[in-house]
Amino acid sequence: MAQAQLLDKPFQEPPEHPKAWKWYDYFTFNVDHKVIGIQYLVTAFIFYLIGGLMAVAMRTELATAESDFIDPNLYNAFLTNHGTIMIFLWIVPAAIGGFGNYLVPLMVGARDMAFPRLNALAFWLNPPAGALLLGSFFFGGAQAGWTSYPPLSTITANTAQSMWILAIVFVGTSSIMGSVNFIVTIWKMKIPSMRWDQLPLFCWATLATSLLALVSTPVLAAGLILLLFDINFGTSFFKPDAGGNVVIYQHLFWFYSHPAVYLMILPIFGIMSEVIPVQARKPIFGYWAIAYSSLAICLVGLFVWVHHMFTSGTPPWMRMFFTISTLIVAVPTGVKIFSWVATLWGGKIRLNSAMLFSVGLLSMFVIGGLSGVTLGTPPVDIHVHDTYYVVAHFHYVLFGGSVFGLYAGIYHWFPKMTGRMLNEPLGITHFVLTLIGTNLTFLPMHELGLKGMPRRVAMYDPQFEAVNVICTIGAFVLAFSIIPFLINVIWSWNKGKKAGDNPWGGLSLEWTTSSPPLIENWEVLPIVTKGPYDFGMEQRAVMERKEDEEEYEYDDDEDEYEDEDDL
Amino acid sequence: MEQIPASIWTLTAGVVVTLISFWVGQNHGLFPEQASEQAPLVDNLFDIMMTIATALFLVVQGAIIYFVVRYRRRKGDEGDGIPVDGNLPLEAFWTAIPAAIVIFLGIYSVDIFLRMGGLNPGDHTSHTMGHKQGVAVVAQAPQGTTSDVPMLLAAKGDIDVGIGASPDVLGQQPDVAVKVTGMQYAWIFNYPNYGITAGELHIPVGKDVQLDLNASDVIHSFWVPQFRLKQDAIPGITTELRFKATKPGTYPVVCAELCGGYHGAMRTRVIAHTPEEFDEWLSQNQVASGPESTDFTPPSLVAAHLDATGINPQLLAQVQNEQAEAMPNDRHHHHSMH
Ligand code: HEM
Ligand SMILES: [Cu+2]
Ligand SMILES: [Cu+2]
Repeated sequence: MAQAQLLDKPFQEPPEHPKAWKWYDYFTFNVDHKVIGIQYLVTAFIFYLIGGLMAVAMRTELATAESDFIDPNLYNAFLTNHGTIMIFLWIVPAAIGGFGNYLVPLMVGARDMAFPRLNALAFWLNPPAGALLLGSFFFGGAQAGWTSYPPLSTITANTAQSMWILAIVFVGTSSIMGSVNFIVTIWKMKIPSMRWDQLPLFCWATLATSLLALVSTPVLAAGLILLLFDINFGTSFFKPDAGGNVVIYQHLFWFYSHPAVYLMILPIFGIMSEVIPVQARKPIFGYWAIAYSSLAICLVGLFVWVHHMFTSGTPPWMRMFFTISTLIVAVPTGVKIFSWVATLWGGKIRLNSAMLFSVGLLSMFVIGGLSGVTLGTPPVDIHVHDTYYVVAHFHYVLFGGSVFGLYAGIYHWFPKMTGRMLNEPLGITHFVLTLIGTNLTFLPMHELGLKGMPRRVAMYDPQFEAVNVICTIGAFVLAFSIIPFLINVIWSWNKGKKAGDNPWGGLSLEWTTSSPPLIENWEVLPIVTKGPYDFGMEQRAVMERKEDEEEYEYDDDEDEYEDEDDL
Repeated sequence: MEQIPASIWTLTAGVVVTLISFWVGQNHGLFPEQASEQAPLVDNLFDIMMTIATALFLVVQGAIIYFVVRYRRRKGDEGDGIPVDGNLPLEAFWTAIPAAIVIFLGIYSVDIFLRMGGLNPGDHTSHTMGHKQGVAVVAQAPQGTTSDVPMLLAAKGDIDVGIGASPDVLGQQPDVAVKVTGMQYAWIFNYPNYGITAGELHIPVGKDVQLDLNASDVIHSFWVPQFRLKQDAIPGITTELRFKATKPGTYPVVCAELCGGYHGAMRTRVIAHTPEEFDEWLSQNQVASGPESTDFTPPSLVAAHLDATGINPQLLAQVQNEQAEAMPNDRHHHHSMH
C-alpha cells in the first residue's frame, strides 16, 4: 500500500534536500564532508600564504650577513610561526583534512564520514589555532622555534609561548578527532561490493596516517602541557636548576614530531598513487607493495625519533639503535618511489599540470630522501645537524614532497570539486616557476650547511653571503610562482571550461558521481565492478584469453602423450 | 635483434652513471678543510654516500625523464597503457638492493662512529682507580700539556653523552682538558689547572683534547665545522667532546642550537697551536695574570650586541667565579642562573 502510494507520486525534490550548497554554506558549521574538505583546503591555503610571507621576510633578512631588515627577536618569531603554520596549519590540514575529507567517503562509496558533526568540530578547531599563533605577535611572538625546546621556551615571551602551546593542542585535538573519523569511515562504511584490494591507495594511506596520528599525538600533547605548566604554574618538569630534565622534553616532542613528518607525507603519497595511474593510463605498479609500505613506514616511523637528538643528550647505544631504524625507513620509501616510476613505464602519459607536479614531486623527493639517508648516520649528522643542510633536506621533503603533491592533487581533482577545468598553460607556468624556485632556494643550502652555516640565525658569517643571495632570489621566484596559480583557481572556478563528470577517465568511485558531487554524493550508490586502477584491462583480458587457449592446446598435447604412455 | 642494442645501451649507461657517481663522490668540494682526526672519517663516509646517492639519483631521475618523454600520450590516442601491474622478481630486486645498501651504510657508519670515539664518552671515568694510570700518562706525555690531568680524575663522574676517547687513546687521560660553558651569547673556556679563562679556545695540535660542555642558561651547541664535531651544551647535564686537532690554524666556533635572538652572533674562534706555541700561550697567560684573572674579551661579533644581549661584566665575572670555585671538585655542581 505504502509502496503503491510512493510510486504514484511524481518524483519531487524534498525541500530540505537541495542539490548543491550555496557559497555561504562554506562559512557555517556544515557537516557535509565535501564542504568540510573545501573549508580545510581554502583555510590551509590562506595559512600557506601567510607562512610564505614570513618565509619571504626571513629570506630578505638573510640576503645580507648582518641583521638589518628585521629585529632578531622578530626574526625568531617569524621563524617559529613559519614552521608551525606550514606544518600544522598547511600541510597536515590540507592533505588529511582537505583531500582526506573530500575524497575518502567518495572513494569508499559512502554518503558522508562516519561522524559528520565531529568532523565539522575538528575543522573549526583550526581557525582559532591560527588566530592564536597570529595573535601571539602582539605579545612578542613565540621565539623558540617550532620545536620549542626548554629552557629557551620557558624563559622567552611567556604569553606568546603559551598561546603557541594552546594552538598546537587545538590542532592536535583536531587531528585526533579526524583520525578516529577516518578509521571508522574506511573500516565500516566501505560499500560491501568493494573488496579490500579494490580500496584506492589514497584510503590505505589515510588509514595508515590516522593510526599513526592516534598513537603519537597524545604524547606531544602531554609534553606540551607539561611545558605549559612549567611556564605558567611554577612546576619544573624541564627546569634544570630545579631538578628537571630538558632532554625529556625532546624525547616527548620528537616521539610525535618525527611521525608527524609521515603524517604530512603519507597522504601525499596517497595522492600520488591516484594521480599517476590515471594520468598515465596504467594500473598502479605493485598495489600491495604500496599499501603495505605505508603501514611499514608508520610502524618503523615510530622508532626513529632519536635521530633528531644525535648531538643532544643521547647515550651511544641509542644513537646506534636509531641509526638502524632510521636507515630502514628508506627501504619502504624507496619501494614506493620505484613503484610509481614503474607505473610510468609503458603508459600513455598525459603531460598536464597534475602529472608534471607528480613527477616533480618524485624528483624532489628522491633528493630529499637521499640527503635523509646521510642524516641517518650519526657521523654525518653530528656535523650537519642544526645547519642549513638540514633546512635544505626538510624543505626538499616538505616543499618538494608535499607542496608539489598538493598541487598535483588540486590540478587533478579541481574538476571534480568545482565542475570546471583549470587552465593548462597557466598550470604549466606555475609548475615551471615552482620547480625553478624550489631548486634555486633550497639546493644551495646543502652547501651552506656543510661549509658551516648554522640554521635559525638572523645573522651569519659574511663568507656565506653570496650563496644566500641565490637562495633569496629563489624564494622570490617561489613567491611569484603563486600568482599564476591564484589567477587560475579564481578565474577557472567561475569561468573555466565545464569539466563533466569524469574528465580524466578515472576508475575510482569519485568519478562516478556528478562534478561537483551531489549533497549526498550519489542518487543511487554505485556498485564496484572493477578495481580503481584497472586501466587497459580489457586488452589484458583478451591477451589472457589468447594465452589460455594456447595453454589449452598444449594441455591437449600432454593428455595425448599421457594417454600414449598409459598404453 | 632488439635485444643486443638494448643491453649495450644499458651497459653503457651503467658505466657512465658509475663513472659520474665516483667522480662526484670524490670531487663535490662541499666540505671545509679537515682539521681534526675525526674529519677524514666523516668525509669518507659522506663521500661514499654521495657516490651512491648520485648513482641512485641519476638512475631514478633518468628513468623518470625517459619514461615521461618516451611514453607521453600522442595526439588523438585515447587508449590505455600496457596493463602491467606488478612483477615480483623486479619488486624483490628493488627491495633487496636498497636494504643491502642501508645495512652496509649502517654497519659502516657504526664503525666510523666507533673510530671517532662516539661509543666511549666518559671513558676515563670507568677507571676510578686509574690514578696510577693517570700518573703513567703524565710521565709519558710531554711537559706542560698534561698537568691538569689529576684534576680531571677528581672532577669527572657522570658523563655518558658526547664523543669520547677514540680507540687509540681508550682508557687514557686526555692531554688537555677544558671546561666549556655556553651562555647567551658567548662561549667561555676555562682551563681549570691554569686558572685561565678565555673567550677563545686555544689547543695544541696533535694532542688529545677533552672539552667538558655545560650551559648556564639555555641549550647551546658547540660546533667547529673544520673538526666535523658538534655537541649540545645542555644546562644540568655535562657532555663531552674529545678529539685531536691535526692542522694548526684558526677555525670558527659556532653555536648550532637556537639560543635566543642573537643565536646567530654566538660565534668565536678555536686556535690550534703547535705544542710549543701552546705552551707559550699557557705560560704567558698564567704569568701575566695569575690564576684569578683572565684574558677574557668578549668575541668581537657579540661585542657589537652586548647591550642588547644583557651580557655585562658582572655576569661574566659571576660565571668566571663560579667556574673558579667549582674548579677543584665540581662533580655535583650545576651552574645555575640566579
Ligand atoms: C615558500 C617557500 C619557503 C621558503 C622560502 C622557506 C624558507 C624557510 C626559512 C628561511 C627557514 C628558516 C630556516 C632555519 O633557519 O632553520 C624555514 C624554516 C622552516 N620551514 Fe620553510 N620555507 C618555505 C616553505 C616551507 C614549507 C612548505 C614548509 C612545510 C610544509 C616549511 C617548513 C619549515 C619548517 C618546519 C621550518 C623550521 C622552523 C623552525 O626551525 O622552527 N617551509 N623556511
Ligand atoms: Cu648559543
Ligand atoms: Cu645558539
